[in-house]
Amino acid sequence: MAKRIDVNGLNAYYGGHKAIEDITLHVEPRSVTAFIGPSGCGKSTFLRTLNRMHEVTPGGRVEGEVLLDNENLYGPGVDPVQVRRTVGMVFQRPNPFPTMSIYDNVLAGVRLNGIRYSRSQLDDLVEKNLRGANLWKEVKDRLHKPGAGLSGGQQQRLCLARATAVEPDVLLMDEPCSALDPISTLAIEDLIDQMKSRYTIVIVTHNMQQAARVSERTAFFNLAGVGQPGRLIEVDATDKIFSNPSEKATEDYISGRFG
Amino acid sequence: MSPTTTASPPSTGRTGDRIFSGLSKGAGIALLAIMAAIAVFLTARAVVAIRANEGNFLTTFEWNANADPPVFGIAVLLFGTVASSLIAMLLAVPVAVGIALFISHYAPRRLATPIGYVVDLLAAVPSIIYGLWGALFLVPRLTGLYEWLDQFFGWTGVLSYDGSPARSLMTVGILLAIMILPIITSVTREVFLQTPKANEEAALALGATRWEVVRMAVLPFGRSGVISASMLGLGRALGETMAVATVLSPAFLINLSLLESGGATFAQNIASQFKEAGSMGRDALIASGLVLFLLTLVVNGAARLIIARHKEYSGAAA
Repeated sequence: MAKRIDVNGLNAYYGGHKAIEDITLHVEPRSVTAFIGPSGCGKSTFLRTLNRMHEVTPGGRVEGEVLLDNENLYGPGVDPVQVRRTVGMVFQRPNPFPTMSIYDNVLAGVRLNGIRYSRSQLDDLVEKNLRGANLWKEVKDRLHKPGAGLSGGQQQRLCLARATAVEPDVLLMDEPCSALDPISTLAIEDLIDQMKSRYTIVIVTHNMQQAARVSERTAFFNLAGVGQPGRLIEVDATDKIFSNPSEKATEDYISGRFG
Repeated sequence: MSPTTTASPPSTGRTGDRIFSGLSKGAGIALLAIMAAIAVFLTARAVVAIRANEGNFLTTFEWNANADPPVFGIAVLLFGTVASSLIAMLLAVPVAVGIALFISHYAPRRLATPIGYVVDLLAAVPSIIYGLWGALFLVPRLTGLYEWLDQFFGWTGVLSYDGSPARSLMTVGILLAIMILPIITSVTREVFLQTPKANEEAALALGATRWEVVRMAVLPFGRSGVISASMLGLGRALGETMAVATVLSPAFLINLSLLESGGATFAQNIASQFKEAGSMGRDALIASGLVLFLLTLVVNGAARLIIARHKEYSGAAA
């Protein structure tokens, strides 16, 4: 079930360094929201606060609240492990488990839940999620070969299948196409389009055409200077951001005047 | 810039290249030559002894190489060496993997560094010191444990105990385990630290607990490293001489009850008998040394086979 995300007054730190400051943002369920902005503006850091991956980095710390259908992810007694089971993530570089087969990679998260499935249920789950990632036809004859033997684009789609197999409420994508060629990029973008009917998707991208192609809403992040925390400058409908943004900084960025 | 000046650096580079390639080639050839010299020496002397042997070299249970005619066999040595080394591996590998995981993935940094140092320090202790410690400290303290084992597991035969001083293959195995712990720990720790961050994050993002991250990403990635580290340790255990010779009360027999004193190992037997051995005795000991050499070779070969079989799934392909 897709869930809505409400972020209120969020700060994130690396040790003593404040990486992002006072971010307030709302994301509708079953929508695609893109985060754009120059390098170092904290968009990836912010994305990682949405599934509590930020605190995995030594010194990583968060203030403020992130509500998933009104439940605070940072509330007392909330287990970050449980959060990550409901908020899936796809990374910049494809990272299938090198020691596992394609089949086992898809099921890696499912097996963590401790539910016993029958062999045929597992087979169905693998097929369903590989079809969902448009990878089934390419790998159905070598499901038990290592995932690392696939091309970069196939590996990234395998990672998508792995993330969707646990049926998360939200899918976070951290520049999922930046290591891929244009054709693989197109394949991932098509997938995002298909998946938004089932998940709430948030995608960080450096590619503004990509943001314009896949997202309904776009959030622009910027930082005042080196060493300053990143801030959310504006968030609006993607058409509006790319045609008539409210802020001067946004217009400068999307027209290529800086960043 | 004139063409002559641009041409001169490559020419000096070529001289350097020649010197370096000559040096490295020489080192490679020297290594092969030394290996060949050892093999030829061992084989030549061993053949003399085995020809003269009146017993069966593989199955005779005695070692009277100085007698006329000489009668000797390696069965007892093979059993003692393999048994004590296997005990050492069974005890050391799980503990070493545990320590390595603790240092690489669980301990806070200010604790991990000193523990790493202590483990490395264990490797620096000379083996005769381990031997003395084993004989004077460990042996008297193990009798209690052995009596307890005898009480509950004596029926197996392997763990029955007659109350004799604990200078047995089991004690040797325990001591060897402590001795090979640091090498296995430090190699596995290095391998675990090299687990790709991307794979650990992938597991975390799927909702894996710390232990599940270890199971999904760290252990599979480090498997071939753990195997090579264990084989390094096994190599040391098989060949360990002084510590074994100090602790074991040797007897040329196969006692299946590992807690009771007796037994002998290749290296210990060579060390204990070499001084009093005559020419034939020495050749016989060299023959047993050749078997130890082959045993180590087989162990290493097996380890390589295991690693090669998992190559398809190794992290190197990622």
